[in-house]
Amino acid sequence: MKVDRETLDKMAHLSRLHVEEKDAEKMMEDMSNILNWVGKLNEVNTDGVEPLTNMSHEFNVMREDVVKTDISKEDALKQAPSKDADFFRVPKMLE
Amino acid sequence: MQEDLLHGAISCTAIVQYFLSNIQAQQHLNVFLSVYDKEALTQAIVVDQKIKNGKAGKLAGLIVGIKDVLAYKDHPLQAASKMLNGFYSQYTATAVQRLLDEDAIIIGRQNCDEFAMGSSNENSAFGSVLNAIDNNRVPGGSSGGSAVAVMADMCHVSLGSDTGGSVRQPAAFCGVLGLKPTYSRISRHGLVAFGSSFDCIGIFGNHVDDVALVLEQIAGADEFDSTVSQNVVSSYSNQLTETQKFSIAYIPETIENPALQPEIKATIEKKLGQLKEAGHQVEPVNFPLMDYCLPTYYILATAEASANLSRYDGVRYGHRSADAGDLTQLYKQSRTECFGGEVKRRILLGTYILSASYYDTYYAKAQKVRRLIREQTKALFQKYDILIMPTTPTTAFPLGKNTDDPMAMYLADIYSVHANVAGIPGISVPCGVDHQGLPIGLQLLADDFEEGKLLAFADFLMKLKGDV
Repeated sequence: MKVDRETLDKMAHLSRLHVEEKDAEKMMEDMSNILNWVGKLNEVNTDGVEPLTNMSHEFNVMREDVVKTDISKEDALKQAPSKDADFFRVPKMLE
Repeated sequence: MQEDLLHGAISCTAIVQYFLSNIQAQQHLNVFLSVYDKEALTQAIVVDQKIKNGKAGKLAGLIVGIKDVLAYKDHPLQAASKMLNGFYSQYTATAVQRLLDEDAIIIGRQNCDEFAMGSSNENSAFGSVLNAIDNNRVPGGSSGGSAVAVMADMCHVSLGSDTGGSVRQPAAFCGVLGLKPTYSRISRHGLVAFGSSFDCIGIFGNHVDDVALVLEQIAGADEFDSTVSQNVVSSYSNQLTETQKFSIAYIPETIENPALQPEIKATIEKKLGQLKEAGHQVEPVNFPLMDYCLPTYYILATAEASANLSRYDGVRYGHRSADAGDLTQLYKQSRTECFGGEVKRRILLGTYILSASYYDTYYAKAQKVRRLIREQTKALFQKYDILIMPTTPTTAFPLGKNTDDPMAMYLADIYSVHANVAGIPGISVPCGVDHQGLPIGLQLLADDFEEGKLLAFADFLMKLKGDV
């Protein structure tokens, strides 16, 4: 598996990252090497094996539905880089 | 030590002062990101008073350091990343709270690899942690600071996190005990998420009874984590002295591996011989899937990391780029400016693995292999109590040796990831040193929720040493 520039840029966009020009070559090489190596799993016959999707031994752990406040609105907003009295602020999305 | 405390021969305040002076004198090791000196001393006075009044908790006198991935209310938390510069916790992790409830004292926040991703502690935004035995060598990672703190006498016990070996591998490099319990044994509430189906809080210590005592306090059901095990927590510290004969398995390939440092091989062979002589059953077993543990781990853990780290978007907390025009740019620039190289590599890989075209090839395939690994591992423990193998292929390597080659770095976890992939408990036990005086660790693994057996055997193995 060879990761080319187009694939890298696509993954970067999906990950909401920029890959800077100076890092791109090395990143493609590392990703290609790692993907080739993990491709080793193809040697294992997994016909008829169900994927293991849950490592916890618990199933549907229920508790009473109690109304309570763990963190207040003020506290939730406290560490926001930009905010007003009620909301987180971000750049305008719609003109 | 608790005896001495109770009889007034030593005070909690004196213990805290002792550790604080050790921290102060060894700042060059870069272990602590924050030292809670005033608070720890204030709390020590409170605990000393409680001891006098006969009202002290079970962990009175125990001084603990916590890895910078564990939330502690009103204290800084940033997973050694620039992304969380200035961030402080608004609640306390369950594991930390349970320590505080029993009068343990938190002495500070420990350096680690950024978002717990790394095997050498060289990926921290705060610089590398140095190994106390040889300052030109790494302490291992990602919980490197937590391991060195225990090694260099800066606290009794540290809490770290182990996603692929991040407690056991640095424990081996630093000559201390490092326990990763069964997946879901300890609540993950308040633990910064990396690979959620692997992440475990782990414990570093110099004595098995300290590790056992801490585990029995912090493990168990928690209303803040619906995945945590509801199983009753045993009194591990009372089970250490039980004498029994163990049946012990080893996988010959893990010992014959040409990449294994010869002195580690000699150590494990010697130990197996001693165990046989002591009357325990020691047998080789087949485990053909061993070579597939590490690729399985890297597929699943990077996929989970790419999802978990999407929360760092510069909107609600953490770093926000100063010059982003629109919202997409705000996300991209905030993340690009602050994540380090290894974190970006894993997010990109995880995104690739989860992308529609490759999901079945990588992600679903790895989940299937994971089931086979877990089943084969469980089958092994039907017959044996303990599986023994090296913790690491080499002793602590020089700083900078693997920083340009992620694949070489990943191989440092070749023995430790098995436990995370299978979900079972494991512990690294210090077993002598190599010709350069660098610590060697042996790893013990047991079946799900057999921490009692694991710790009892670790204690036995520690007492067997001295002649390696």
